[in-house]
Amino acid sequence: MAEKARANGEVRIGVYVCHCGSNIAATVDVEEVARWAAQNLEGVVVAREYKFLCSSLGQAMIRDDVKEHRLTRVVVAACSPHLHEKTFRRACASAGLNPFLLQMANIREHVSWVTRHRESATEKVKALVAAAVRRVVHHEPLEPLSVPVNRHTLVVGGGIAGIQAALELADAGYPVYLVEREPSIGGHMAQYDKTFPTLDCAACILTPKMSEVGQHDQIRLLTWSELEEVSGSVGNFHVRIRRKARHVREDVCNGCGFCIEKCPRKQIDEVFEAGMGYRKAIYTPFPQAVPKVPVIDEGSCIWFEKGKCRICEKVCPTGAIDFDQKDEILEVDVGNIILATGWDLFDCRRIPQYGYGRLPNVFTSLELERMCNASGPTGGRVVLRDGVTEPKSVCIIHCVGSRDLRYNTYCSSICCMLSLKLGHLILEKTGAKVYACYIDMRPNKKDYEEFYQRLLDEGMLFIRGKVAEVTDVPRTPQEEGKLIVQVEDTLLRKQRRIPVDMVVLMGAIEPRRDARETGIKVGIACGAAGWYIERHPKLDPIATMTEGVFIAGACQGPKDIPDAVGQGAAAAARVQGMISKGTVLIEPVVATIDEDACSGCRVCNNLCPFGAIDFLAEQAVSRINAVLCKGCGTCVAACPAGAITGAHFNNDQISAEIEGLLWDAAGDRGPEAAATGRPLEPAGVQE
Amino acid sequence: MQRETFEPRIIGFFCNWCSYRAADGAGTARMKYAPNVRVVRVMCSGRIDPTFILKALALGADGVLVAGCHPGECHYIEQNYKTIRRFAMLRHTLRAFGIDERRVRLVWASAAEAARLAEEIDRMVEEIRTLGPLRWPSTAGHDGAHLHDVERILHEHAEAMEVAP
Repeated sequence: MAEKARANGEVRIGVYVCHCGSNIAATVDVEEVARWAAQNLEGVVVAREYKFLCSSLGQAMIRDDVKEHRLTRVVVAACSPHLHEKTFRRACASAGLNPFLLQMANIREHVSWVTRHRESATEKVKALVAAAVRRVVHHEPLEPLSVPVNRHTLVVGGGIAGIQAALELADAGYPVYLVEREPSIGGHMAQYDKTFPTLDCAACILTPKMSEVGQHDQIRLLTWSELEEVSGSVGNFHVRIRRKARHVREDVCNGCGFCIEKCPRKQIDEVFEAGMGYRKAIYTPFPQAVPKVPVIDEGSCIWFEKGKCRICEKVCPTGAIDFDQKDEILEVDVGNIILATGWDLFDCRRIPQYGYGRLPNVFTSLELERMCNASGPTGGRVVLRDGVTEPKSVCIIHCVGSRDLRYNTYCSSICCMLSLKLGHLILEKTGAKVYACYIDMRPNKKDYEEFYQRLLDEGMLFIRGKVAEVTDVPRTPQEEGKLIVQVEDTLLRKQRRIPVDMVVLMGAIEPRRDARETGIKVGIACGAAGWYIERHPKLDPIATMTEGVFIAGACQGPKDIPDAVGQGAAAAARVQGMISKGTVLIEPVVATIDEDACSGCRVCNNLCPFGAIDFLAEQAVSRINAVLCKGCGTCVAACPAGAITGAHFNNDQISAEIEGLLWDAAGDRGPEAAATGRPLEPAGVQE
Repeated sequence: MQRETFEPRIIGFFCNWCSYRAADGAGTARMKYAPNVRVVRVMCSGRIDPTFILKALALGADGVLVAGCHPGECHYIEQNYKTIRRFAMLRHTLRAFGIDERRVRLVWASAAEAARLAEEIDRMVEEIRTLGPLRWPSTAGHDGAHLHDVERILHEHAEAMEVAP
């Protein structure tokens, strides 16, 4: 086929090998590869190496060559196509060449960075370049598909990142569905008393935003709801949302709160109060909840348990209580999805030597946050588990489950500042002696170091060392009745035992327990630590590998409030860009069926999970809907008649690539193969 | 003709979303692994026509490494389950051809599992090195040694179609 194409004067290939500074050139003999390609590979009319092909000069070189040498195909051997395929496609397009007539050979990530020896790296690069050259001969010009973008956006998660994203979009005039699984939006931020480093009150800055969300005519707020299923693709997602039975009619309830007041069932609130306080069976998590409409928890309600009570129904002035309400599925269409699902706190019981759950006066950071909060379970007083005694000494332990190879390798990034803030609040409220045992202090952002200095001045005591154990077994009379923190002070170089009344564990910020399942619903993956993987760790931390799905806030990695807000706004800006453009271009990597060759066997019909293949009964053939097709190619590989072609990954292209990769293997083949000379062809390409 | 140590040629078929990204990740992290695997990028492991694998072996590859997303994590929902099925069937065909099954491997590597993928590659290269060059199809038995396998394949194909994930 290559010969045929060449005879027509059609195939004129330019090969460009990138040095990437020394990233490639240090391990690969790029000059040799370019020289070899020019001399040995069929169809190559020009082969060059260049310091940085992705630079504007590098791109200009390709552009000029395409014009001057009348190139019909371009091969770029450089980094991963995930990084710069778009760049080089644009360079081709700017020279008037269809961007799909480009093929990249990944010689950085797949060769130079992972190979020790120059000789074998160069040998492998030659194979990859040979494969790209062989493959590109079979490339066909393709035009991207243009689809309209639905103006609605789905935001999943009503913490500060999701709130910010929803408000930015709504203020720009675009409708938003905001889904939150709890009865109210607000997320973790609503649980806090103060925020670092300014110590302004969390509620004072959060609740205005929350009520703005509740009142915004462009935001449809769906609390006590969960993402059920997502189908479709960028521009046109179809989303099923489970609206859990609230047993209180949102359209009727006026939020007076009589029902909550009169409900006889008290229940420990494990979510909002972090187990420190109580709520009723019918409840809103906190007084400023948005919406104000309460939820009946079927698990604790006496009516659901025993079939008696219904007091809330009797006292409700508007008749909003509905015990018969069932879960409902709401189906909506959106153009883009923003995930802002947040984080969970590390389960401190996993480190038994720190005593959480066993020693009563060991607390988690979230428990202390609730205690410090004026509207919290203790009315803002910091007290021991007995509810009355103020601690005279407190030890805060950093990195509980973070920076620890047994649990999480990463740094949770906010705990140093959180510890300083809690230290300040404890000092202010109790005057207790406050110790902090840290591995490294990392107050590394604007005004953070200053806050650290402030706490040093306020008399918080810092001990550099990882705590070995928290115990209640005394060795001396002074330790009697205390919690003893055993730690090696690495600055003093000695073991210390610090007797205190209270211990606070800075538990790690962890991915949501169900982050993976949620990710699968929208088609994005989690990294090793469980955070959602961004499109690019530096240059595109907002987008994901799935077009139209963005991530914001702590679901992408531990984040403080300003960072979460910044990402929420950034994700909204990206979505606005998509909507204001109105259409989105989709990669034309889709399958098509040659209806003349289709036998109508319907093997492919059941293989497509996107329902993109229709069987036309009258003509007895199958047909693929290009908008629904996502281009996986499974049907292509399965068609017994070879009637299905996968654009940009067709049989000819992949076969040519295999041949190229094994260009140097012919001599190793047995005599029979050499004699017959005809390698196996994939099904469907036999002439 | 023989080199001092036998360097196997292995063709990799990596899915775009998980394994290819894992290989990219191994590069970004500068992990070092054997240079013997040359990778074809496919959008999904479900795209891999078993004849691609046979073609690679016929053209001189000593082994083939197929890598895709973990079952249940496919970018295309469930297409890697079809890979599992095809792979089971391909195994029978390979046996019939007299090709050691260890030469063709299916592994799962998520985008985050760069280290795991690098390890798998190293392990496979070492294994193929001990198996020696394939030189197929000249090594395929036309002497009746594999007739038994060919017969068995007919029975086992039906069974393979039932393979559950």
